[in-house]
Amino acid sequence: MTSTTSGPEGSGPTELTGLTASELAAKITAGEVSAEEVTRAHLDRIEAVEPDVHAFLHVNGQEALEAARRADEDRANGRAASPLAGVPLALKDVFTTTDMPTTCGSRMLEDWTPPYDSTVAGRLREAGVVILGKTNMDEFAMGSSTENSAFGPTHNPWDLERVPGGSGGGSSAALAAFEAPLAIGTDTGGSIRQPAAVTGTVGVKPTYGGVSRYGLVAFSSSLDQAGPCGRTVLDAAMLHEVIAGHDRMDSTSIDAPVPQVTAAAREGAAGDLRGMRVGVVREFAGEGYQRGVLDSFNAAVDTLTSLGAEVVEVSCPHFEYALGAYYLIAPSECSSNLARFDAMRYGLRVGDDGEHNTEEVMSLTREQGFGAEVKRRIMLGTYALSSGYYDAYYGQAQKVRTLISRDFASAFEQVDVLVSPTTPTTAFRIGERADDPMAMYLADLCTIPSNLAGNASMSVPSGVSAEDGLPVGLQIMAPAMADDRLYRVGAAYETARDAASGSSLVDRIPQLEVAR
Amino acid sequence: MTAVAEIMDYDEVLRNFDPVLGLEVHVELSTATKMFCGCANEFGAEPNTRVCPVCLGMPGALPVVNGTAVESAIRIGLALNCQVAEWCRFARKNYFYPDMPKNFQTSQYDEPIVFDGHLDVVLDDGETFRVGIERAHMEEDTGKSSHVGGAAGRIHGAEHSLLDYNRAGVPLIEIVTKPITDAGERAPEVARAYVTALRDLLRSMGVSDVRMDQGSLRCDANVSLTPKGSTRFGTRTETKNVNSFRSIERAVRFEMRRHAALLNEGAEIVQETRHFDESSGETSSGRRKEEAEDYRYFPEPDLVPIAPSRDWVEQLRGTLPEMPWERRRRAQEQWELSDEELRDLVNAGALDLIAATVDAGASPSEARSWWVAYLTQRANERGGELASLPITPEQVARVIELVNEGKLTHKLARQVVDGVLDGRGGPDEVIAADELEVVSDDSSLQAAVDEALAAQPDAAEKIRGGKVQAAGAIVGAVMKATQGQADAKRVRELVLAACGQQ
Repeated sequence: MTSTTSGPEGSGPTELTGLTASELAAKITAGEVSAEEVTRAHLDRIEAVEPDVHAFLHVNGQEALEAARRADEDRANGRAASPLAGVPLALKDVFTTTDMPTTCGSRMLEDWTPPYDSTVAGRLREAGVVILGKTNMDEFAMGSSTENSAFGPTHNPWDLERVPGGSGGGSSAALAAFEAPLAIGTDTGGSIRQPAAVTGTVGVKPTYGGVSRYGLVAFSSSLDQAGPCGRTVLDAAMLHEVIAGHDRMDSTSIDAPVPQVTAAAREGAAGDLRGMRVGVVREFAGEGYQRGVLDSFNAAVDTLTSLGAEVVEVSCPHFEYALGAYYLIAPSECSSNLARFDAMRYGLRVGDDGEHNTEEVMSLTREQGFGAEVKRRIMLGTYALSSGYYDAYYGQAQKVRTLISRDFASAFEQVDVLVSPTTPTTAFRIGERADDPMAMYLADLCTIPSNLAGNASMSVPSGVSAEDGLPVGLQIMAPAMADDRLYRVGAAYETARDAASGSSLVDRIPQLEVAR
Repeated sequence: MTAVAEIMDYDEVLRNFDPVLGLEVHVELSTATKMFCGCANEFGAEPNTRVCPVCLGMPGALPVVNGTAVESAIRIGLALNCQVAEWCRFARKNYFYPDMPKNFQTSQYDEPIVFDGHLDVVLDDGETFRVGIERAHMEEDTGKSSHVGGAAGRIHGAEHSLLDYNRAGVPLIEIVTKPITDAGERAPEVARAYVTALRDLLRSMGVSDVRMDQGSLRCDANVSLTPKGSTRFGTRTETKNVNSFRSIERAVRFEMRRHAALLNEGAEIVQETRHFDESSGETSSGRRKEEAEDYRYFPEPDLVPIAPSRDWVEQLRGTLPEMPWERRRRAQEQWELSDEELRDLVNAGALDLIAATVDAGASPSEARSWWVAYLTQRANERGGELASLPITPEQVARVIELVNEGKLTHKLARQVVDGVLDGRGGPDEVIAADELEVVSDDSSLQAAVDEALAAQPDAAEKIRGGKVQAAGAIVGAVMKATQGQADAKRVRELVLAACGQQ
């Protein structure tokens, strides 16, 4: 579907890097191309565009090529590890990996290479997926722009002056810049979906517990969820099936069969949504929403109707309190989760000079090792959990959480999926919201309810906004354990969208000028 | 503390105040693996060799609850007559300390797994005292710090510290009593008796090593005083890690006397942690509670709630062994013991040993006699516990059997037991090595009898004349001649037969 060729300057995606994961997988399986060639093409692309994009914190060239050669050998021996064997991927730098550092975008863990692999990394390796490197992120996944990375921001391939969203901006930018056909993100309040929306890519937050969190460095344990990212719904589905499923190392992982998401994506691509009831969340519109975002959303709803879906408006009256509840629960949990970074066992150590005692070393390390946003949230959370304030803040937020779950439950009695814009605006400029945390937090207004309730949610591109030509995301939400509905609706919409515009959205991603 | 605390005479304390006790006992469970990971739960391994990403609190690592630990917690609760929660959660207790890898302890807060029970403890005079149990909850142990270069391993003045995380994540059950308000003068004794009874109970259940010396049973004693006639509890102090039963009693008594002296002067009790000094028998000020952190408890989001089904609870109730007090009552009945005899035997720690000896074939009275008398004496000489003597109940039963068969005299039996205690093998091996068996070979005995009768013709004549009591002198002579190895009963029979009296 992609026919973009690289220009004489090599600024566009090559024939191989322009392909989707499913296309690459098919070519590798057919023996038309080797996994090594595919990996090399992506490594070349990374080398070419990274000076502009800065999606990666670490590129693991040699290991990636070795993994690709192993995948080629396995395939030659007739035992390909999985349908995605040999396909490259970019991994958010929040998953532990034994062959690469895991920094979480923080000085605190600069150069820290974990002694164990996360379950997600392990499953990717077992499936023969080639991990190209680790992607940039807001420090400890706290942010909506990747500007909070201690190692500098990632730039949005659609407009290098703009943010790629966050916290998983590195993963989404890597997809949009054709540096990788697949990526893994984590979503605590929208960190997969919001970056997907503003980079014109697909991102899925599976049902809470659908993908193991073992080895995912925790921000907010009850909200964090790992998920797949790709340039198409089908690619995300194939990746979803590789990483999902019960893990006895994670007590909160669901011990039930993984929803048949690849089958659902293929079924959806046929373009028939008859019998599917779609609810438009009334509360996610109006003030604060960019005109072009709402127009794109409304057009997407019309498309769903044209595919046979029955569209109704539903009300989720407590969603307006979601942001407030989130900014009590997530900081509370993070204040505890991040307590372990104390210079004693791993990571940064400041002040170990014989002049300072243990407590001082802990303080100095945390003072210098954490960035401003992380400190802000640790302080917020510490306060919210304090004796005398617990009931008013954390306790109250948990009650709101219950009410939001009930809103979802009653909505899902009426409809099969809910839809909304993924984020109220298109990508904002780097620095634009850096000094205004509230404006930054609003980017996750529509995505947070799904984290609080634990249900499944996807962002699929719905075209570009008329005002700025930047991508807009359509959010689809499904009940817990019904992740397959996201893929069916998402794939149906995606097919119709491309048919209407006459080309794939990814073809409209600007070709990057290589900084040489 | 530089100045030695003023203390009040104990009797005077009791004239003016009523003591209130609260006891917190931490028990390390003897599960094969740790509370939240698969590392071995072992005491004494090389530092930092029983660790993994989970118990080291590595970024990204997650806990998984040890099912056996939950089972033990419920069983302990049932043995303590507690209710078992239908639904409960773990909670994080947040504070910074280098030996705690995550800088929070995964514990339980307001939803303990078991609550509201009691334990009846027997005091020294045989009277029973009921101690209310507030709750018991599950948590994980911390690692261990050792401070190098300072005085006596204390952190103050240390040059550096070493951390061993082998203990981090070991399953703990914390058992908390309700306030004990009616112990009066017996408060220190009640404290000791309670912890002792708890130790016995947990040991009989096989859930813990319950070794105070190794820290698998640790007691914190909270003490406060209420002025006579008042109903308001006074300010309490918490004396930590008192590591023997006797120390618990001494620490409570000392704190009562110290509090009373302060209150008497109109001074205030500082709510604080205190350390007990074994050698002086005194406590000293530790961490002040007012400086203690706000632990910011909240439900542990990495673990799912525990909802023990009623069926499971009843099934676990069925696995409870006979409780120590039931066992004592049964022993008293079956072995026909007086209260005093029972108390001596329990105090000697001989109940299980006697029971095992009886199981191995001995009569209760003979078994009791050996363990409570001779062996207790030997244990005392060695300065150890009866149970740690290197002799088994089966070996004691074998010695008793040999005595009953006439193959050993009591004197020889003691020599055999001493041989076993000296590590020279089992009873039969000691007998063979020392040729201690009673001489019951009639032909060799007959010769000795004839010799003795010939040597004492007067006595022989008396016996022949019907004065059988004169046989004693001849038997004695034979025993002497055989160096005590003859079966005296048989010798007597031979003597009487030789004199025509049978």
